[in-house]
Amino acid sequence: MMRPCGVFNADYHQDKAILRTPQQWGLLLISLVFIFAVFPRVVPSEYVSLVMFMGIFVIALQGLNIILGYAGQISVGHAAFMAVGAYTSAILVAKVHLPFLLSLVLAGVVAALVGMLFGAPSVRIKGFYLALCTLAAHFIIIYVINNWTSLTGGPYGMTVPAASVAGIELKSAESYYYLVMALLVVLTFLAVNISRSKAGRAFIAIRDNDIAAEVMGINIFRYKLLAFGIGTFYAGIAGALMAHQWGFINTDYFQLMHSIWYLGLLVVGGLGSNLGPIFGGVIYHGLGYVIDSYFPLLAEAIPFGRAEHFATLGLLVYALVIILSLVFEPRGLAHRWHIFKASYRLFPFSY
Amino acid sequence: MTTFIQILVAGILSGGIYSLVALGLVIIYKATRVFNFAVGTIMVFGAYLFWTLVAQLGLPVWLSGIIVVICALLLGAVLERLFMRPLIGQPILAPIIVCLALLGLVRALTLFFFGGYEHSYPRGIFPAGSWSLGGIYISQVHVLAFAVALAFIGLFALYFRYTRSGLAMKVTAEDHQVAQNLGIDVKGVFRNAWAISALVAVTGGILLASLQGVDDTIELIGLKGFAVVLLGGLESIPGAIVGGLIVGVLEALAGGYLTDVMGGGIAETFPFIILILALLIRPYGLFGLERIERI
Repeated sequence: MMRPCGVFNADYHQDKAILRTPQQWGLLLISLVFIFAVFPRVVPSEYVSLVMFMGIFVIALQGLNIILGYAGQISVGHAAFMAVGAYTSAILVAKVHLPFLLSLVLAGVVAALVGMLFGAPSVRIKGFYLALCTLAAHFIIIYVINNWTSLTGGPYGMTVPAASVAGIELKSAESYYYLVMALLVVLTFLAVNISRSKAGRAFIAIRDNDIAAEVMGINIFRYKLLAFGIGTFYAGIAGALMAHQWGFINTDYFQLMHSIWYLGLLVVGGLGSNLGPIFGGVIYHGLGYVIDSYFPLLAEAIPFGRAEHFATLGLLVYALVIILSLVFEPRGLAHRWHIFKASYRLFPFSY
Repeated sequence: MTTFIQILVAGILSGGIYSLVALGLVIIYKATRVFNFAVGTIMVFGAYLFWTLVAQLGLPVWLSGIIVVICALLLGAVLERLFMRPLIGQPILAPIIVCLALLGLVRALTLFFFGGYEHSYPRGIFPAGSWSLGGIYISQVHVLAFAVALAFIGLFALYFRYTRSGLAMKVTAEDHQVAQNLGIDVKGVFRNAWAISALVAVTGGILLASLQGVDDTIELIGLKGFAVVLLGGLESIPGAIVGGLIVGVLEALAGGYLTDVMGGGIAETFPFIILILALLIRPYGLFGLERIERI
């Protein structure tokens, strides 16, 4: 980690600290106050809901980042794992009448179990093969959901009751915003610490060269499964959060295309960095918002364009953003941000 | 018994098309070590293009056929030049994600140019009747599709054996650097592989569309092609054929006998179950090469 000029680590305690200087503590405090006290009161509720959904996507991408960015395992089934979480929580709250927070955690746990089941082949296979395996996982999970009609309502979907925490019903986007942001802060902190822990270092070793990692005594099976478990746990929580805000889910909300965009936007944000998912999630939902709200206007403004042309532009924009960013900046926005941070810290010197 | 044979025959015939799709995947994988995830959408693109030429513009079939072939070759070459070539030498993750994004890109292009409506080809282009052999019906379109698939596969066997560019492709499949040192235009081989593969995919798409109508459900067949190549082995053309037939038959059997027990959609999901089983039991497939990794 890069420290400001003149700040030295004199003991292990300082060396391990995430927040090292008073300025960093101050920034954290200011941003927390901004997120929880200022932003939802000042900004119109439309944008609060926008940021709330961005937060959910950031949670999902944090999970994908642990699988892909740290452990280097590809998962094209992230949307399906989110579906598992969404359905689990919906069923537990609607049919078993468990409290929401408990079902949220259980949604993560069930998604993690399913994720570990489909992540298990990663012990023998990698790269394209693993991508295909998780792709197959997507279709199998969606098939199971569509056919387990008694539990999930099948293709007709199911309605999801609104979330309630400690007797307070969080139906509106503004009240849900606080819950999502609190979870986002906690889960991001957790992800940062996972990446610095023994497990995180094992993930990075496996990503860089799994055979070498095995030679060095890292139990590959255990850590690959662990990566899938943690990553899909995040996916399950994100899926459950979404389900309770949407109020209705069916398998159309969790398509293969979404998984692909999650993967792509994570790379746009930056792999293997805890900032990457934040950039990725914000861009993913932000782009979606811009496309949904402004492209129809574009269609009206241009005389020869047809409405369906502009409906397809959304796909085109996502695909091009991902492809161009991989061609021109494969290390993602997080890398650019680090360069920027380094340069302002060193300013006016270039070294 | 008749039902069983009927299902078997249907499976074998649709397996022929799977083999064709898998062939397109194998060609790209052999040459460039990349999986073309966009194969399904390229098939849809071809099916819509042919429909536009034949039904909307009313061109004769032979002319539309030629235009489709040219467009397919161009599409493959352009995709390779614009999106895949800048990624040469990057870690394996980059081509995987770009190929997945190409899936979205080609789908967007298809929707943009042709709209998303369902169509079917005008009567008379493809045979509509069926033969009856002792109570077993064999539709002529299926047989045509199967024959075209076999013809393509035979053609490629000859191409790899007797032509200069086919041989160059085989060398490139062995080792990119060795091929470069031997004076082979590796980038040209990549371009050819993508162009040929797009042509194969488009052919498969049109044949499928003649069976089930022009719409984007064809895309799923492209994804099933992955089950075929993994079962058959990634580097192996005979593997693509055998794998295609096996997957076709198993899918038809699952559709025939398991639908009542497991619910609708089991036939569509079955190839993916095969895929996972193949990955677990024999990751390099029936005829593929087992790779030995070193640090």
